[in-house]
Amino acid sequence: MTIMTKPLVIAALMALPGLSYAAENATHDHVGATYHAVRLETDYGRTKSADTASWDIDAWIGGDTHKLKLISEGELTDGDIEHAEVWGLYSRNIATFWDGQIGVRYDAEPKGHTYLTVGVEGLAPYFFETGAHLFMRDDGAVSARLRQENEWLLTNRLIMQPYAEVNLNAREDALTGLGTGLTSAEIGVQTRYEFSRRFAPYIDLRYERKFGNTADFARSNGEKPESLSLNAGIRWLF
Amino acid sequence: MKHAILAGLLVWGLALMPATSTAETREYTLTIARQDVTITGEKLSKITVNGTLPGPVLRFAEGDDAVIHVKNAMKTEATSVHWHGLLLPGLMDGAPGYNGFKGIKPGETFTYRFEIRQSGTYWYHAHTLGQEQEGLYAGIIIDPKGPDPIRADRDYVVLLSDFSRETSGQILGNLKKSSEYYQYNRRTLGDFFRDVRQQGFSKALKTSGEWGRMRMLSSDLSDVTGYHFLINGLTKDQNWTGIFTPGEKVRLRFINASAMTMYDIRIPGLKMTVVAADGQPVVPVEVDEFRFGNAETYDVIVEPKDDRAYTIAAESLDREGFALGTLAPRVGLRGDIPAQRARAILTMTDMNMELMMRDDPDMDMSDLPDSGWAKTGAPEGTTTLSYRDLKSLTPQTDTREPTRDITVRLGGNMERYIWTINGKTFDPADGIETAFNERVRIIYINETMMAHPVHLHGMFVQLENGQSTASLPNKHTLIVPPGQRASVLLTANEVGTWPLHCHLLYHMSSGMMTSFIVHEQGTIAPSEASSAHKEAGHDHHD
Repeated sequence: MTIMTKPLVIAALMALPGLSYAAENATHDHVGATYHAVRLETDYGRTKSADTASWDIDAWIGGDTHKLKLISEGELTDGDIEHAEVWGLYSRNIATFWDGQIGVRYDAEPKGHTYLTVGVEGLAPYFFETGAHLFMRDDGAVSARLRQENEWLLTNRLIMQPYAEVNLNAREDALTGLGTGLTSAEIGVQTRYEFSRRFAPYIDLRYERKFGNTADFARSNGEKPESLSLNAGIRWLF
Repeated sequence: MKHAILAGLLVWGLALMPATSTAETREYTLTIARQDVTITGEKLSKITVNGTLPGPVLRFAEGDDAVIHVKNAMKTEATSVHWHGLLLPGLMDGAPGYNGFKGIKPGETFTYRFEIRQSGTYWYHAHTLGQEQEGLYAGIIIDPKGPDPIRADRDYVVLLSDFSRETSGQILGNLKKSSEYYQYNRRTLGDFFRDVRQQGFSKALKTSGEWGRMRMLSSDLSDVTGYHFLINGLTKDQNWTGIFTPGEKVRLRFINASAMTMYDIRIPGLKMTVVAADGQPVVPVEVDEFRFGNAETYDVIVEPKDDRAYTIAAESLDREGFALGTLAPRVGLRGDIPAQRARAILTMTDMNMELMMRDDPDMDMSDLPDSGWAKTGAPEGTTTLSYRDLKSLTPQTDTREPTRDITVRLGGNMERYIWTINGKTFDPADGIETAFNERVRIIYINETMMAHPVHLHGMFVQLENGQSTASLPNKHTLIVPPGQRASVLLTANEVGTWPLHCHLLYHMSSGMMTSFIVHEQGTIAPSEASSAHKEAGHDHHD
C-alpha cells in the first residue's frame, strides 16, 4: 500500500499550485499557507460470532483551495484483514461547502483491485457531512458509494454521530461477490466523549447488510448477509 | 474642484506646520525577543519587547520626529512593528509586503522614522503572521502640541489582551482542522428541547432549520477560547491597580490589543465619560459601559468620589471570562467582582438579509427577533455607548460629498475557516484604487454571522453615524456587526498601498484582507480609479 501511494502523494504535492505561489510572494504573509489534519479512529469489538477491529483514517494537507487527501479504512475479523482500502485524492474547493475530488483507490483486501475515483465531498444543508464517489475498477467495472453523517450534541463534549452508507454496483461480479444495484448498506451511530477535539473515546454501534445477489453470494460462501457490531475505540485528531 | 484644491492645500499646510515649529527628535530602541514568560504561572515561550509583555508604552508629543530602532533578536523568525492608527509614510507603516517594507529579518534592525502628525491614544503591534497574539503589542501616547482638551489629574493606559498558552500557529492550525475546535458552547439537543417547551415545536424546528439550511451556528460569538484576559499584562489575580485620590479626574486610555476578543467594559459604581475614540477627541459622552472592538481605543474620564476600590471589568463577548483591574485609593484593595452575564445567542436578525433572500426568496421575514449580537445583557436603565453618540470634537476639514461608493463585502465560510473580502481571500495583486485626494464612501456589508472590526491603515475614515458631516468621528477601526452594513467617508490623501483588513487576527490570517491603493497626485484621475475598481469589482461578484 505505502509503496504505491508514496510516489503519488509526492508527485501531487509538487504539483500543488499553492506551494509555488507561496515562494513567489514570500514578503506577504498568509499567502499560500498550508495546513493539515489527520483524523484516526481505531476500534475493537464483537459481532455475535467473531472478534472485529476496524480503522478509519481521513487525512489532508494543503491550502484553502487545493488539498491532497489520504483516506484509509478497513476491517479485521478474528485477526484476518477482511477489507482494506486506501485512497489518494486531489481535492479542490469548487463551491462554498464542496470539494471536487479525483484520484485512486486501492483495495488491498479483497482481491487487490485499483480504482479510478471521482467524487464530491462537503457539507450539505442541515450540517450533513456528505461524500459521494464513483469508482471505475481496473477491469472497467463501475461502482459508487454515498455516505452521510450528522452530529447530535447531547452536551458539548458528548456527541452522537449517526451515519449511513450505501454501495452501488453496475455489473454483476461473482468473483468479488458483488451483485448489481444496491449491494450493501450500513447505518450506525458513533457516540464519543471529546475530552478535547484531539482525543475522544467512542463506542460505535453498526448494522451492515448486503442486498440482492450480493446477499446470495454471501450466503453461498457461508457468510451471513447482515451483521450487527458494537465496537469501542479512540478517535484522534492531529 | 476648487474645494478639492483648497482641501489639498489645507492638508499640505497641516503637514508642513510641525516642520516649521521646533520639532524634537524622540528616539526609542525596541528589542524584539522570544523568551519564556510565566504570566499564568506556566512557563511559555512568547515574544517580548525590551524584555516585557506587553512592551513599553511609547510617549511622543505632536510634532516630534519619531526615530524607533526595532531590533529583531529572535533566532529564526522575521518580524515587523505596525503603528496602529498613526499617519505616516507607507514604508514606515510596518506591514510586510507593502510600500517596499520587507519585514525585519532575524538579527537585523530596522529604523522607523516619521513625523508625529496627531495626538491621542494609539498602539503598536506586530504585523507578521500571528506574532501579535504572541506578545508583540503595547500602547502609544501622543500629547497634543497645544493644551490638551482632555484634562485629568491621573492618566493610565488600560491595555487589554487575550493571552493563550498555545502559539498562534497552533491556534490557526487547529481552526483549519476544525472551525469548531474551540467552541464548547454550541447549542445542544437539550437547548433545542428547551426551545420546544418555550416556543412550541414548529417554531423551534423552523429556527433550528433556518440555521441548519444556512449551515451557520447561532452560538458562534468567538472562534477561539481558552484565553487568559490581561490588563497591562496582568491576570485578574495579579490585579492591575490604578491609584487615585477621591475627587480626582482619572483618564483611562483603553486599548483593545486582543487578537480575537471583543469586550463589554464597565466600572460598576462609576460613570465613564468617553472623550476620545481611536485617539481622536470626541464631544464628551457619559456612559455606564461600552462595547470594545479589537484594535479600537477609547479614552474615558472617571471621577471616583469615594475612598474605596472600583473594579474595571472587561467581560468577553462570549462571556468566557473577564479581564479585571482595580482603581483604588491605595494598593492592595479589591472591589467587588461583577457577576458573569448570560451568553448572547445570535438570532435570524444577525444574518445578512440580502444573503438570506438570495438563498430562499420565500422566507418569512415577519416576526424577526431582536439582534442577539447587540444584546449586552446589561440591566434596564444602563447607558451603553453607541457609535451614534460619537461626535468629533474638532470639525472635519473635508466635508465634500463623496464622488462614488466603494462596496466592501465581508464574507466567509466558517466550515472551512476561510474569510473573504469581496468574495476572495487575500491576494497581493488585487486591491481597491483611488486617486489622490479623492473623496469616497466605503460601504461595508457584513455577510457573516460574526462582527468584524475592520481596520484601514494609513488614514482615518469618518464614520457615517448620523452626525452632521463636520461632526463625523474619525475611526481607524470600525466594528461591522453581524449581517449589518456600515459606511464611512474617506479623503484619500495619504499616498501608498494600505492594508484593509479584519482585526480579528485569524480572520486576517485566513484571508480577510485586501489593499487600498491611493495613487500619487496626477498619476490617475478619479474616473480612472473608479473604472479600475469597477472592473475588479465585477470579478469579485461572480
